[in-house]
Amino acid sequence: MLRIENLQAGIEGKQILKGINLDIKPGEVHAIMGPNGSGKSTLASVLAGRQDYTVTGGSVTFEGKDLLDLSPEARAAEGVFLGFQYPVEIPGLSTTNFVKTAVNEVRKYRGQEPLDAVSFLKMMKEKMALMEMDQVMLSRSLNEGFSGGEKKRNEIFQMAMLNPKLAILDETDSGLDIDAIRVVATGVNKLRSKDNAVLAITHYQRLLDYLVPDFVHVLWNGRIVKSGTKELALELEERGYDHIKAEIGQEVEA
Amino acid sequence: MNNISYLKEKFDEIQSDSSALAGIRNKAFASYEKLGIPSVRHEEWKYTRVTGIFNDTLKIGAIHPVSVEVEDFESLRLPGYESANQLVFVNGVFSSGLSVILSPSLNVSSLEEAAGNEYSEIVAKNFNNSARYIDDGINALNTAFIHGALFINVKKNKAVEHPVYIYNITDARSEAVLSQPRSLVHVAENAQIEIVETYHTIGASESIVNQVMEIVVEKEAFVYYYKIQNDTTHASQVSTTHIRQVGKSFAQSVTISLSGNIVRNNLHMVLEAEFAEAHMYGLYLQKGSSHVDNHTLVDHAVPNCESNELYKGILDDNSVGVFNGKIFVRKDAQKTNAFQSNKNVLLSPTASVNTKPQLEIFADDVKCSHGCTIGSLDPEALFYLQSRGIPHKAALALLLQGFAVDVVSQIKPSAIRTYVEEMILERLSAEA
Repeated sequence: MLRIENLQAGIEGKQILKGINLDIKPGEVHAIMGPNGSGKSTLASVLAGRQDYTVTGGSVTFEGKDLLDLSPEARAAEGVFLGFQYPVEIPGLSTTNFVKTAVNEVRKYRGQEPLDAVSFLKMMKEKMALMEMDQVMLSRSLNEGFSGGEKKRNEIFQMAMLNPKLAILDETDSGLDIDAIRVVATGVNKLRSKDNAVLAITHYQRLLDYLVPDFVHVLWNGRIVKSGTKELALELEERGYDHIKAEIGQEVEA
Repeated sequence: MNNISYLKEKFDEIQSDSSALAGIRNKAFASYEKLGIPSVRHEEWKYTRVTGIFNDTLKIGAIHPVSVEVEDFESLRLPGYESANQLVFVNGVFSSGLSVILSPSLNVSSLEEAAGNEYSEIVAKNFNNSARYIDDGINALNTAFIHGALFINVKKNKAVEHPVYIYNITDARSEAVLSQPRSLVHVAENAQIEIVETYHTIGASESIVNQVMEIVVEKEAFVYYYKIQNDTTHASQVSTTHIRQVGKSFAQSVTISLSGNIVRNNLHMVLEAEFAEAHMYGLYLQKGSSHVDNHTLVDHAVPNCESNELYKGILDDNSVGVFNGKIFVRKDAQKTNAFQSNKNVLLSPTASVNTKPQLEIFADDVKCSHGCTIGSLDPEALFYLQSRGIPHKAALALLLQGFAVDVVSQIKPSAIRTYVEEMILERLSAEA
């Protein structure tokens, strides 16, 4: 589904990703872990098409298409979803109106008719229930005055409405207490299927208790330095990133 | 307009039936002779140059008879017109022929007439109060040429059941025209009125509307005033709206400026009775080389009043916005609440805005705040919308719509609100 090959990217002339390789197949959940500054969020941003970043080498193919060649909106319409670490507050635009526009724009891209009001409402009610959200919240300005947990729930609600093939969750757990993490992770789990995949980026292992990954990768200094199964996450939690640094530091420097 | 001999000649052609008005006119003409059109050296006109548009080619609309037919007018009507009172000015002269009154609670007559009948006292007491707040030649020019002015009275204890649509039509088909509509609206005790005003120039010559509307609000009365400016790019205007709350009352003004050449609005809210409440909203959405200037003034003359002001601007291309918000809190006006906010988004590097809050507070127990911002759209917000599949152009339109919504949502008559929303959406989608 997603193939990242030797991806190199940076911002304002500073090289951050120094050759990432990653292969994600339908049905899989991948977790990328790493210390602050390792390039986790840069990877998410580059995949979603944030303009501040410049790709300097390598390639990303999504379902056979050159992902890097597509506009952010086209990536979304192709089925890539980015759950923001810091969802943006947008005054004057209700979540409902926002999501309706998004769903219909994506349908338009795919050559489908816009959803009629009844079907849209039905789908929205279903996904609201999934994320334990209420109508009042959705009629308020997008994310404005939302708590951290509400914002992240709103992210997963949007994901549910857009039903992406690949969901990239950029530190969705940051700033959330354990109850909020549970709600968010349960939501994501309910959306999982054999046809879609999740790439969860996180600093901590906590999220992975609920969102059990098939693969865990450690990102350090712009490279994936270690990959393994979910046990790797536990090991990281226990022994810390410094241990990994010490373990692989030598070869990275070389 | 330095052609005083032409102006004098035209001034003399207007015969006023009312001696009271004749006196005011004479004084105003003398004022104009002295003051002339303000240059940018005039403090209140620093950012808005009007000497060029008030030039000698302009003809005084009031004494150049034109014939605007019903057919010319039909296409200009606003949505909801079927159930609205319709008042029409042509070249600054009130046309009863084109006007339609549906509401019996509305008394409409010429101001000249009202100055001599049972309303003479109201006219004498309230007419030209705006001159106390504006010392420039443009206001004097309007007053000097009062002809076919309008007087509206809303009867005591009556709510006008249909909104009042006022159309200011300038016929510039054969020559450049200066239209100078003038009106006095008296809203009696416990009465209510909604006024929607628009401006239309017919023809390709230059036009200027130099308008003065004075509204007097008695106790327990409610006034909703909406100004929609979407005229051609060769149409300019100086539009003064002077709302005076002489009793505990409620007044709201919403000014939507979408197009025009040079547009200057003077909005005054004069709070003369305790517990009066004034709300001012404005949205200016400009492109090309349009220039829009909103000068607002709130005079808190007595204690316990509240004023609230929100003006928002979206400026594209080479357009220029000006906001000047003056708030006076007089020495006796304790317990005043006065809030002001002006927010601007610049869509192009060559668009500009000058914003100036001006608070003059002489009381010591008040709550006043003001703030202004000028910025461009948040790229992160844009990316957020795009990352959900919304194309750049649509995302931009959504963000700007969201920016404008807290002003537009203040428009009470739903036909007008929807109309404004649609115009804005159309403009934003085209622009982005």
